[in-house]
Amino acid sequence: MSDANSDDDWPPQIERRDFLFVSTGMMAAVGTAVAVWPFIDAMNPSADVQALATTEVDLEPIAAGQRITVIWRSQPVFIERRTPEQVAQAKADDDSPDLIDPATDASRVKSEEWLVVVGVCTHLGCVPLGQREGDERGEWGGWFCPCHGSHYDTSGRIRRGPAPRNLVVPPYELRDDGTVLIG
Amino acid sequence: MKNLVVKLGAAAIAATVMATGAWAASAYPKNKPREQDWSFAGPFGMYDQAQLQRGLKIYAENCSACHALSRVNFRNLADLGYSDEQIKAFAANYEVEDGPDDFGDMFFRPATAADAFPSPFPNKEAARAANGGAYPPDLSLIAKARAPIRGFPAFVIDPFRNYAENGPDYIYSLLTGYKDEVPEDVSVPEGLWYNPYFASGTALAMAPPLFEGMHEFDDGTEATVSNMAKDVAAFLMWTAEPHMDERKQLGFRVMVFLLIFAALLYLSKKQVWARVEH
Amino acid sequence: MSKLEHHGTYTPTSGVGKWIDARMPLPRLMYDSFVAYPVPRNLNYAYTFGGILSIFLVIQIVTGIVLAMHYVPDATKAFDSVEHIMRDVNSGWLMRYMHQNGAHFFFLAVYLHIFRGLYYGSYKAPRELLWILGCIIYLLMMATAFMGYVLPWGQMSFWGATVITGFFTAFPVIGVPIQELLLGGFAVGDPTLNRFFSLHYLLPFMIAGVVILHVWALHVTGQTNPTGIEVKSKTDTVPFTPYATIKDAFALILFLALYAYFVFYMPNFLGHADNYIPADPMVTPAHIVPEWYFLPFYAILRAITFDIGPITAKLGGVIAMFSAVLVLFVVPWLDTSKVRSAVYRPWYKLAFWLFVINSVFLGWLGSQPAEGVYVALAQLSTAIYFGFFLIVMPVLGLVEKPRRLPNSITEAVLERSAKTGGGSPQLGDATASADKS
Repeated sequence: MSDANSDDDWPPQIERRDFLFVSTGMMAAVGTAVAVWPFIDAMNPSADVQALATTEVDLEPIAAGQRITVIWRSQPVFIERRTPEQVAQAKADDDSPDLIDPATDASRVKSEEWLVVVGVCTHLGCVPLGQREGDERGEWGGWFCPCHGSHYDTSGRIRRGPAPRNLVVPPYELRDDGTVLIG
Repeated sequence: MKNLVVKLGAAAIAATVMATGAWAASAYPKNKPREQDWSFAGPFGMYDQAQLQRGLKIYAENCSACHALSRVNFRNLADLGYSDEQIKAFAANYEVEDGPDDFGDMFFRPATAADAFPSPFPNKEAARAANGGAYPPDLSLIAKARAPIRGFPAFVIDPFRNYAENGPDYIYSLLTGYKDEVPEDVSVPEGLWYNPYFASGTALAMAPPLFEGMHEFDDGTEATVSNMAKDVAAFLMWTAEPHMDERKQLGFRVMVFLLIFAALLYLSKKQVWARVEH
Repeated sequence: MSKLEHHGTYTPTSGVGKWIDARMPLPRLMYDSFVAYPVPRNLNYAYTFGGILSIFLVIQIVTGIVLAMHYVPDATKAFDSVEHIMRDVNSGWLMRYMHQNGAHFFFLAVYLHIFRGLYYGSYKAPRELLWILGCIIYLLMMATAFMGYVLPWGQMSFWGATVITGFFTAFPVIGVPIQELLLGGFAVGDPTLNRFFSLHYLLPFMIAGVVILHVWALHVTGQTNPTGIEVKSKTDTVPFTPYATIKDAFALILFLALYAYFVFYMPNFLGHADNYIPADPMVTPAHIVPEWYFLPFYAILRAITFDIGPITAKLGGVIAMFSAVLVLFVVPWLDTSKVRSAVYRPWYKLAFWLFVINSVFLGWLGSQPAEGVYVALAQLSTAIYFGFFLIVMPVLGLVEKPRRLPNSITEAVLERSAKTGGGSPQLGDATASADKS
């Protein structure tokens, strides 16, 4: 019996069963890894947040040259009924060499009259100025971000400053009944 | 000495079980809820979508006149098998208050999928005033909030047979349990309805809400009081516990994993201890 | 004790390992504490609950942190936010049910752990501090569980908070000011909820801190074992890893399987239906009953229905209830027996099981209305509860004649296996084993 063991050879060697030990270890590792997911997933946007991911806006009351701000997914969206001059200016700059993120005006709108962009500066997320009367609109008559001085033009394109990309165009749909569905 | 574990375990489980379960010395409900067969009973039980749809119809056309369902959003009805378009159309039947608008006024608009079921009364006080002083409770959680104590010994047995449907059993029993003949030893206050299945008294303010043939169901289910009570009870179980299907499905995977893991650990443990008497 | 010293066998092999070891030998501490640490070879499954408890502390903290990301401690929003977690948050229902049922299983494990300690005399010298630290953890757990139960702001939450903070009004003069201090108002309300949330978040980390002290104290004295005989030679022990680790892991997974069964299949079985009704300060539920793990103490509270001199029944109940917990702290000095384990103490063993049954019975009484025969039974049961600690423990130690003790753990193990026909058949002598491997 094992009382024959002296202190020196105690405890006795464990007979190795690699397959058993490895598969047990794998179970532990896989189980732990899988169990972590729900904890992380719980931080993702919840069902009620997801459900508010579309916004519907009536465009009727907006006059030419007027800008409004609506909320979509808790972020401001700028909607502008552009004047023909603003459209012309935006188009004229399509090939301008100072476009940091080149894009034609046509590629950024669904109807020339309506510009819909997410009102969040692509630099570090501030809300650019230009929505209200008297706001600084930047050198190109679009928007101006006060945080770090980014200038956007009348098509929402970045023209000068640290922002790397044009103001984002959200997915939207202009409907026949004069409303826009964002999201 | 290993017996100690078994004994301690048994004592502890008995303690848990007796202690929580057995306090029901309460006088009500006079009659215990009658147990029904539910599609969602047991470890593999799932909701029956057709039944939930019938339950929704009954809620929407009867119960909603007095009872709110404010924790359920129209979008949740996707669980019942409705498409986005159907849900949108259904929601549009309801008006919800929104605002304030640009002039500071509140206004009503058709509900969208993201809205909750609007409540029939603006607040508790209004609900009471309109119902002779009795507040018709919000039904969102009612299947979990009205689960009469099972008492001893049912309580001990329940975990072994996985019985967790005393909520819907209660609702079913209440809805089908109105009695015209009141026993002599019971006095029913004026304006109340005798029901021996009611959890907090002999009688309640709600008149019997279901009548034979009051609905027509598209799937041809006969509109007996019993059928309708069952459907609406199942629906209310869903409103109280919308993730039950998901919970049981995940539970099955977790249990299988744990049992296989336990078996492997047992074998490994035997192997490790093979040469050490203990 | 010198033979116990497996310590110091840690030898870092990599360069990084040596670099760290020379600067802050945390890996060495871990190795010595959880790998080389010698544990008695005869520990049974009753000794696995310490490990299980530490895992449950982790489960509660981790699920709690996620829940706190979505919970709103505001009297008008708390209930809604919990329902938001249950319905809309991804895996929210899982987090909530794990946390809620985790509390029940945490207490189940802690009671088994405490009973094990009482049975095997784990509190006796030199482990008094270890035991007292454990009692402190238990107290903190009770406070944490109580405050956590208030957070969902259901009917039971609200009225439980009202009743329990009402205990303090039993104390003359200072009682009411203390209650108002606890509540932050004249009744349970928004300030109460906010401070309970704050403390419910804080206390688990205090528990974790005391757990570290508890484990530290354990590693100084070493584990007890079912024989109650101290470790005398190296063959009395096995290294913690892999022997105890694998056994603890097996027990843990079985316990988790039981826990998972409740989380996934009967998540509301251990709770109260009334707590799915939002708190209403104007309507008290018909039966206010604490969670099962407090029921024995609740029974003791209500058993004192008579004035004792200047002490009113209300104050007497509160004192009895607190004493029922506090008496655990002095157990090491109440037990006068020279023999540690109940295995060799036939009368104590009997008394212990009666105590267990009585505790269960007290729990049952706690769930009954405090009227009629239940009051008398609760008084009797309370007397037995205190009698076990204050009379049986000191007296039995002096009068009881213990059974013959084996000379060592190894001898006890071998004696037993000889009696039961010898353990595993493949057991050869040491040489044979060495050959095989």
